[in-house]
Amino acid sequence: MSDESLLSRRKALKCMAFGGAGTLFALSGGVLAPLDLAMAADTKSAAKLGKPLFVQISDTHIGFNKDANPDVNATLTQTIDIVNGMVEQPALIIHTGDITHLSKPAEFDLAQQLFSRLRTTEMHTVPGEHDTTDATVTEYFNRFGKASDNKGYYSFDHAGVHFIALINVLQFKPGGLGTLGADQLAWVAADLKGQSSSTPIVVFAHMPLWTIYEPWGWGTGDADQLMSQLRRFGSVTVLNGHIHQIVQKVEGNMTFHTARATSYPQPAAGVGSGPGPLKVPSDQLASMLGITSVSVVKHPRSIALTDTALA
Amino acid sequence: MISGRYQSWSLQRGPRLLCFAAMMGLFGVCGPSSAEPADSTKILVKDFMFSPTPLTIKAGSTVTWTNMDDEPHTAVSDTGLFKSGGMDTNDSFSFKFDKPGTYHYTCTIHPRMTGTVIVQ
Repeated sequence: MSDESLLSRRKALKCMAFGGAGTLFALSGGVLAPLDLAMAADTKSAAKLGKPLFVQISDTHIGFNKDANPDVNATLTQTIDIVNGMVEQPALIIHTGDITHLSKPAEFDLAQQLFSRLRTTEMHTVPGEHDTTDATVTEYFNRFGKASDNKGYYSFDHAGVHFIALINVLQFKPGGLGTLGADQLAWVAADLKGQSSSTPIVVFAHMPLWTIYEPWGWGTGDADQLMSQLRRFGSVTVLNGHIHQIVQKVEGNMTFHTARATSYPQPAAGVGSGPGPLKVPSDQLASMLGITSVSVVKHPRSIALTDTALA
Repeated sequence: MISGRYQSWSLQRGPRLLCFAAMMGLFGVCGPSSAEPADSTKILVKDFMFSPTPLTIKAGSTVTWTNMDDEPHTAVSDTGLFKSGGMDTNDSFSFKFDKPGTYHYTCTIHPRMTGTVIVQ
C-alpha cells in the first residue's frame, strides 16, 4: 500500500471505551476490529497475528499496600508469569510508568528485582508521576535514565518499527494536564525527520497523549503539537498507562490505547472524588489487571493489540 | 552568653523573637511546635482537595499538610520554595513560612489540586 493511499484513509473518528477482560484488538486499514479472545487462544488464529513484537506492562506501583490490592508484588509476579508463559516470547517489554508508588529507593530496587524474572530481558521505560516525587527527582533517572541521557525521552528501532518514548509528567502546570514541553517536541520533530511515512511508529508515554478527562488531568496539554508531526505516517500506535483501565480511540491512521495496571483499578472518568485506587471484590481484582501485547502483522501490514487480564 | 539568651527567650517569647531565634539557628531548640501551638497550622489533604485553602497565617508559623487519602499526594510550591515529596496515607509534611506573602502550591501527582497559603 502506498503512503498516499495510507494517508487517504478515512479520517472518521471512532472513540470507544472497553472495560471487559481479555479483549483482543486487531488494527487493519486504520479501523479497529475487536476480535474474540477464543480466537487468540486458538493457535492457528493466534499464529496469524504473528510473533508478539512487544508486551506493555504499566502502573506496577510497587510500594502500594492499601485495600484495593494489598499485594502488588504478587500481581506483578503473576503478570510476569503470563509473559514468560507466552508461546513466542516478545522481543522486548515496555513499561509505561508508575513503576513505584512513592519513588522510594527500596520500591525501585524491589521492582527491578521482580522484573529480573522476565525471560525477555530488554525493557524500555518511561516514568510516571509517582516515579518522580522524590525531592531531587533522581531515583528513577539513576536507574533508568541511561537510555535518554537523563532527559526522559528517546527513540529506538526494532523489527522495522520506530519507537518513541516520551515523558509528560515533569512539567505540570497548576490546574492543568501533563506537558511535553518545547524542547521535547523539537526533539521529536528532528527524530522523525529522517523517517519514511511508511515506517510503523509506536509512541509511548505515561499519561494519555489525548484528553480523556481533563478534570482529573487525564491528558497532555500540548499533545496536539505531537500529533501534527505524526499525522503523515501510515501506522501510528500511541500507548499510555496512568488511568489503570483500557480506553481506546482510533483517529485516521492513529490508534490510541491505554493499558490496564498490574496493581489496582481506578474508577471510570468522573466517578467519585478523584482518580484513586478502586476497591473491588477480591474475586474481581485479577480481571481488572493485566497487560497489552502488540504484534506487527505483515500482510496486510497492521498492528494488533491484545489485552490480557490476570484472570 | 548562651544560657542568658535562653533566659531572655523564655521571658519575652513572641513572634519577633521567634523569627530572630530562627535566624540565629536556634529554631530546633525553641521551635513553635513545643512553645507556641497556636502557630502550628494544619491543612488536610482529603478527597483530592487541600483544605482549608486559602489558609491565612502569621509570619513564622509552621504549616503541616496531612494526607488522608488512599492515594499519595504532594504539596509543591509553584516557586520551588518547598516540596513535600510523595505523602502516603497519614504522612505529613511541614514547612515554616518566615516571610509575608501569598504562596501557591500544587499536588504534582494530581495537578488539578492546588492551594494557597497567605502569610501576614
